[in-house]
Amino acid sequence: MQRQVALIKQSLFDQGYLDEQFVELEELQDDANPNFVEEVSTLYFKDSARLINSIDQALKRGSFDFNRLDSYMHQFKGSSTSIGASKVKTECTMFREYCRVGNAEG
Amino acid sequence: MALGNLSSSPSSNTSELHVLAVDDSLVDRKVIERLLRISACKVTTVESGTRALQYLGLDGDKGSSGLKDLKVNLIVTDYSMPGLTGYELLKKIKESSAFREIPVVIMSSENIQPRIEQCMTEGAEDFLLKPVKLADVKRLKELIMRGGEAEEEKTSNLSPKRILQNVFFLFFIVFFIITNIVIFIMLFPLRKDETRI
Repeated sequence: MQRQVALIKQSLFDQGYLDEQFVELEELQDDANPNFVEEVSTLYFKDSARLINSIDQALKRGSFDFNRLDSYMHQFKGSSTSIGASKVKTECTMFREYCRVGNAEG
Repeated sequence: MALGNLSSSPSSNTSELHVLAVDDSLVDRKVIERLLRISACKVTTVESGTRALQYLGLDGDKGSSGLKDLKVNLIVTDYSMPGLTGYELLKKIKESSAFREIPVVIMSSENIQPRIEQCMTEGAEDFLLKPVKLADVKRLKELIMRGGEAEEEKTSNLSPKRILQNVFFLFFIVFFIITNIVIFIMLFPLRKDETRI
């Protein structure tokens, strides 16, 4: 089972979903704080769900408030960077670029 | 999300740095707190510049004379925050006579040169690019500790020197007074019938 987890983790790194920041976080975990990565990840998922929901609501409204969308994306990108979710970070950057040029289709 | 996330670790060990970490992102607060704790610092986290000012007692509210029970040795703040930005927080701290000596470090995920220069000009100790790594925190801690040590040495070195100087000064004064008294007595004898020896 542990080997499978290790393999899955490695593939996440290989496919670019996770980067070295995740490794940094793993190194902050020790016997005194054995659940650090789990705690941060949980916070990240909760925070992300909230942000994605806000973005979804904003998009559904039809009239695109690019500044607000950009602000949400900035927060999402920030936390993704801190946790090492590099693919998410890249997508956020692209989204923000679309906001910058006012591209609603993108 | 909770109204105010104020978490501090009480301890009476004065050789540890007490850091106030300011960031609106929950994830970033968690990460920076861990980075600092693992570097043997006491940490208090707040989620906005306004809360940071409240914590320090700088918010102008007479009621809050500062919630802190420990002296803050370092402030680490995110740049982009709703309400008061990290830069504005930096300015407020540098404007206050009570807290301007506290080093302030700005963190940002965006590497914008004019922004960095603006913060450094305003008196920031350093500008860290996110994601902040353990190496960054360790380097920062060393910088702050060295700065604190140098200051301590300066004041402690002054003391023995000052004491010596004071002693010499006193001796000189006493000697001067006695000499004057002797001269005075010799020039103006107290009793007419006193014969000079």
